[in-house]
Amino acid sequence: MDVNLLINAIIAGLLLGGFYAAVTAGISIYAAVTAGISIAFGMLDIVNIAHPAFIIIGSYIAYIVNTKLGIDPIVVSIVALPAFYALGALVYQVYYLSFEKRGQESLRGLAFFFGLLFVTEVCLLLVFGVDYRSVDAPYIGSSLILAGFEFPYRLLVPFLVSMAMFLGLQLFLSRSFIGRAVMAVSQDPLALRLMAIDPTRIKRIAFGISIATASLAGAFLIIIQPVIPSVGRDYIGRIFAICVLGGLGSLPGTLIAALLLGVIESLTSTYYGPSWAPAVSFGILLLTLAVRPSGLLGR
Amino acid sequence: MNAPLLQVDQLSKRFGGFVALDTVDLAVAEGERVGLIGPNGSGKSTLVNCICGTLHNEAGSVTFAGEKLDGMIAHERTHRGLARSFQLPRPFMSMSVAENIRVPLVYTVNARHGAQHLSHAELDDRCHELLALVALEGKARNSPRDLTQVEMRKLELARAMAADPKLLIADEAMAGLSHSEVEDIVALLIRLNERGITIIMIEHIMRAVMKFSQRLAVLVSGRKIADGKPDDVIKDDEVVGAYLGT
Amino acid sequence: MRTPLFILLEVVFGAALYLLFRKYGNDYVFFAGYTVLQYVVLATAWNILGGYCGYVNFGSAGFFAIGAYSSVFLYTVGQSLDDLFSEHTAGLLHHIFPIPVPILIVIGGVMAGLVGLGTGYLTLRLRGVFFAIATLALAVVLETLVVNWQFVGGSRGAYVIPPAKVPVFGPYIQYLFVLMIILTIIALTIARLIERSRLGMGFATIRDDEMAAEACGVPTLRLKLIATVVSGALMGMAGAPFPFYIGYVDPGSAFNLSYAVNSIAMPMIGGTTSWVGPLIGAILLGTLQQVATVTISSVANLLIVGLLLIGFVIVAPKGIVGLWEDWINKWRAKP
Repeated sequence: MDVNLLINAIIAGLLLGGFYAAVTAGISIYAAVTAGISIAFGMLDIVNIAHPAFIIIGSYIAYIVNTKLGIDPIVVSIVALPAFYALGALVYQVYYLSFEKRGQESLRGLAFFFGLLFVTEVCLLLVFGVDYRSVDAPYIGSSLILAGFEFPYRLLVPFLVSMAMFLGLQLFLSRSFIGRAVMAVSQDPLALRLMAIDPTRIKRIAFGISIATASLAGAFLIIIQPVIPSVGRDYIGRIFAICVLGGLGSLPGTLIAALLLGVIESLTSTYYGPSWAPAVSFGILLLTLAVRPSGLLGR
Repeated sequence: MNAPLLQVDQLSKRFGGFVALDTVDLAVAEGERVGLIGPNGSGKSTLVNCICGTLHNEAGSVTFAGEKLDGMIAHERTHRGLARSFQLPRPFMSMSVAENIRVPLVYTVNARHGAQHLSHAELDDRCHELLALVALEGKARNSPRDLTQVEMRKLELARAMAADPKLLIADEAMAGLSHSEVEDIVALLIRLNERGITIIMIEHIMRAVMKFSQRLAVLVSGRKIADGKPDDVIKDDEVVGAYLGT
Repeated sequence: MRTPLFILLEVVFGAALYLLFRKYGNDYVFFAGYTVLQYVVLATAWNILGGYCGYVNFGSAGFFAIGAYSSVFLYTVGQSLDDLFSEHTAGLLHHIFPIPVPILIVIGGVMAGLVGLGTGYLTLRLRGVFFAIATLALAVVLETLVVNWQFVGGSRGAYVIPPAKVPVFGPYIQYLFVLMIILTIIALTIARLIERSRLGMGFATIRDDEMAAEACGVPTLRLKLIATVVSGALMGMAGAPFPFYIGYVDPGSAFNLSYAVNSIAMPMIGGTTSWVGPLIGAILLGTLQQVATVTISSVANLLIVGLLLIGFVIVAPKGIVGLWEDWINKWRAKP
């Protein structure tokens, strides 16, 4: 076996894993809250399956601004963060008023998010067609060569920014008041009741943050690979495989799971061809559900 | 003395780092009326959930009518004669009151009878009888949404009774009810006991517990700190301390 | 109404539809009618698990494609018997192949049912959302498998050439149409039987409150598995004749997202608590899409379906059947 090929594949996988971590972080945050709240009230266990749709919207926004004004896609996505936060809060408000407040069973909530995912894809399809779209940035196309190994900037830059975002989120959740309230909700539902924190507000904030991460993830996605409207669906398997493997709602678990999936996928495409890559995530998902449904770092 | 109907042996349950139950023992003899009290978060509901199979205990064992239940799925425990009511009533909202009662009749009583299961007419009779027991005959066709708090609790108990249990665990069946409503439910539970059903009552309302219980067990922070005659238990220093917070 | 009478009515109605189409319609009407009936089967199948038990299946396209591709596989085997087997075996197999479509429907149903059983067994013990996620991913991965499976055409797709005419029915599409009518009758009858049996009562307890259902002695896992298998098998059965209908199957058409979306949207819009809802939803949305595909683009009509789905789950959670019942109740309440 060619060792260099193997190591390059692993490097690419780790870098890809960093991106997956960024993609998945959004879901994890919200999952942390819903998991906690569903224990507290035995209520809904909705995970936002429309998350990939918001990522794709992020990609296309980065694409439009990048091609029209030539601004770096990551800068675009950072500028767009507040807008995505607001969008997330709005979607949650609609969801809350239509489903949670009425005490509807989770069936309709899931159908609602599925509808959002689908409508977004169709709208993008109508506007942009089925052509692959990509962005321009000075670092796309070249590689950093370190000790004889190749680090493509197209993967390296999103990786580094992802890690920064991940660290930022972890700090925010563990240090800031609101962040701690979010985590407290998930870890100690009793404390929530005792402190009389409004769970709706916490959920709205968490959902807003979760959608805000999609802005960044969308920019990373279009830097890493050209994007078409249906790409969101391809990511669903990956995103949830990582969430489940990482243990729904655990950020460190998510990071490890994402890196792991990135490496396995990269090895699969290197040795068996890229068309097999989507099958990897589902294999992992099913294996995890069968063997260890609480996830890698679960109890 | 005969072997107890329910024997909980060194039962432990953790949630992550939090120890919800710590080596709890509890034995309940057939026909007995046992009260189980303890402050909020002391592990009462966790104990019920472990006995009924909603949660699975890590250590220790639950033996019911001579059979070890550990690892057994909840519905099979129901089939063996263990019934419970939920702390917050959980009726099937899409069904009528009578249909709610029918579910355990069809899925537990009939499952037990095997080939000679109840005919439609017999099912209707049983339904009617159970509703009469809790004075809900008039509401048989109503949706559970139309019921008052106390009626909801009665439906919850009647549904548990429909499974024809040997042991009934009533989990805070009276929280939030008025004085006379509490009396009503206590009288109902005693009536059920007189029909030969062993009952564990989990309750905060001391008046009800003292009136009902022949024996009283106290759970504090996942440990059983007292178990005995109700009058003795409430005078126990540790129990008084736990309740008054000294 | 008793079940035999119900089946009789279905048969009379189906026969009337066929004769009417035959007398006044052309081939296009049969093609369009086939598609609408296929949606009736898919929507009814989805509703057995989704509407009755409350477990969402996003992978209808996957189950449908299992049926379609098991037909493609057996058709391709039938075409290349002499290359695949020794002369003697091939000679024997020529008696069996080509396998008639009704038997392919049964095989497609069995395959899809087995996949449903496997997925369900792994995920249904957990919270409902895991099952939904698994079905979402299932379709993507089955598609990956098919794309990489050259024997059934891989990403290029495969041609399935049906005979032009069939005895008795004449044009092949009329034969397929009659098969789809029979499948529709089977699906609706099963759904209605479940609804009125103790199984249906058990399903409803799972939808309402799974923990309370367990406490009442309902074997929830077993019932959920039954629902998944029945629902998946019906979807596979709906997919099995598809290659013969369309003539050329590629992963894009067999795994088309519109199956997943429609099989959720149709029951949600029609109403999920009885067999009538998916039927109404499928006829309305199916016909609407047949008209809209001709007049506007097919992408735009998917957008309409998506928006209707979102609109209905927010505004009219009980669907058209629910709106109708509310209206009747209001009308009756008036003095």
